[in-house]
Amino acid sequence: MLLNMGPSHPAMHGTTRIMLELDGEKVVNCELEMGYLHRGFEKICENKSYFNMLIYTDRLNYVSPLINNTGYVMTMEKLLGIDVPERAQYIRVIMCEFSRVCDHLTALAAMCMECGAFTVFLYMMKAREYIWDLMEQTSGARMTTSYIRIGGVRSDFPSNWKATAQKAIEETRKVLKDCHGLISKNKIFLNRTRDVAVVSPETAINYGWTGPCLRSTGVYYDVRKTFPYLVYDQLDFEVPLGERGDNFDRYMVRMLEMEQSLRMVEQCMAKIPKSSSPSQLMAKGMEPAEAIKSSRTKKPEEKIKLSPNLEGTEKDKYPGILSGKGSIIPPKEDTYTTIEGLIRHFKFFMRGHGIRPPKGEVYFSVEGGSGELGFYIVSDGTDKPYRLHLRAPCFHIVSSLEDIIRGHYVADVIPTFGSMNMIGGELDR
Amino acid sequence: MAMEKEKILEDLNQNFADNIMSVTAPFGDEIILFEKEALLNIVKFLLKEPYAFTMLLDLTCVDYKGKKERFEMVYHLFSLSNKLRLRLKARLSEDALEIDSLTPLFKNANWLEREAYDMFGVQFKGHPYLRRLFMYDGFEGHPLRKDYSLRKQQPRIRLRK
Repeated sequence: MLLNMGPSHPAMHGTTRIMLELDGEKVVNCELEMGYLHRGFEKICENKSYFNMLIYTDRLNYVSPLINNTGYVMTMEKLLGIDVPERAQYIRVIMCEFSRVCDHLTALAAMCMECGAFTVFLYMMKAREYIWDLMEQTSGARMTTSYIRIGGVRSDFPSNWKATAQKAIEETRKVLKDCHGLISKNKIFLNRTRDVAVVSPETAINYGWTGPCLRSTGVYYDVRKTFPYLVYDQLDFEVPLGERGDNFDRYMVRMLEMEQSLRMVEQCMAKIPKSSSPSQLMAKGMEPAEAIKSSRTKKPEEKIKLSPNLEGTEKDKYPGILSGKGSIIPPKEDTYTTIEGLIRHFKFFMRGHGIRPPKGEVYFSVEGGSGELGFYIVSDGTDKPYRLHLRAPCFHIVSSLEDIIRGHYVADVIPTFGSMNMIGGELDR
Repeated sequence: MAMEKEKILEDLNQNFADNIMSVTAPFGDEIILFEKEALLNIVKFLLKEPYAFTMLLDLTCVDYKGKKERFEMVYHLFSLSNKLRLRLKARLSEDALEIDSLTPLFKNANWLEREAYDMFGVQFKGHPYLRRLFMYDGFEGHPLRKDYSLRKQQPRIRLRK
């Protein structure tokens, strides 16, 4: 029998279709069709300036946009040769690790729900909300953050961030404990995942698997350890490995990795250098209208009170969280009050100006939620990338699905697909 | 024992002196430019121990419109034991837009090459199932080529009955 699974099947996330050839309940043959969410990311990027492109990276892996931002931004920093202030590096690590927890929570929540554990789904979504509270406070958005900028980050943490982060860590730990209790030894869950869809390390490497899926087969490869970036080499963390490479190992590796991520956040919270501009100073200053008025007759002396949306573009914050002349937005107070500042502002945003990296090509990768997230950028010296290619981790993982589910039952397709953590935005680009 | 980067490049240069056109390392990434006929041999050589470039990280194509050899295939290989990435590049001209397929060596080359075919129209010799990946059957042209306009639209296809 021929059966279409998806694209409007809840387990297929609405973006893929598996055509199954069945014999009874056994999958004899199958073909995966994707591209339902293809938006031409790479083509769009070729027609956008380096700064404007950042928002598109949010929409790749929409569960952990901050890691995508970091990946793109760090590729650009490699191309431009920019060093990032230490505080910004710590902020990036904290945000990345929280994003990774979000990513794993979402993946496992979906996988467990598809296996019938709806409570686990709700618990994990609950934990994700606490983490998103911190992201919302810091970047102003829950998902499409565009928070990590070339040269640093957009704004500093709010004054009460440590309490929010602590709360998020505590709540996530509670949820992890509950979920371990609910399903890690659950007979129904084990029956559906243990020794189902076993992948050998050789096959996984041959398919280009990375991330938790590769580690579930017992291969030690983590970009954070092998090619350390940011401050990962100063942090103490372990890389959990699986033994069998089945669905359950992929679940378990993610569960253990979340604990490590939380550990890393705690270390960063203790180690992070002090902010160069205490945020309580923020409230003082002139109103923008007043400042503009007075700038017509004399140079402004007092600080301008800016809307919180423009945070991170103030002069006195630069040393702490942003660096790299010419590649960051000129300070807003200068733009409003001096002609030089206004010119610099226009020069940054005008077509043909702005960030213009040297000619050349770079590849840089970070450890994304589901594996090595790499950007390959070819620059021709203009303000737009000549070619940008994304190495999406789940592309390689999902490409193996056809082989893995062949010979299994239809019911096994669901947890196998769930454990791979297919993200439509990243897969179809 | 992990091998040194220089040693690997030296070995490669010795074995394929005729095929390798240049070895450069801008921005710290090693780039090997070679003739397209040598692709399979070079990759097979790198696959063996002690080089062990067992993972195909990425495969893509770049369109340099206006150059004599218009397309450039870019392969990223990764060696787990040596902790090293290598970038291999081969140039293709528009009238002979064909290169050997890596599908016998790497399984993920299947989809990656389908993507390159879909987006650039590169033909892969020996690919078992060269079909469009992102675009639908019946789509005309190759969207990532530089002469495909960003705003170009194609008519809707009929619903299949």
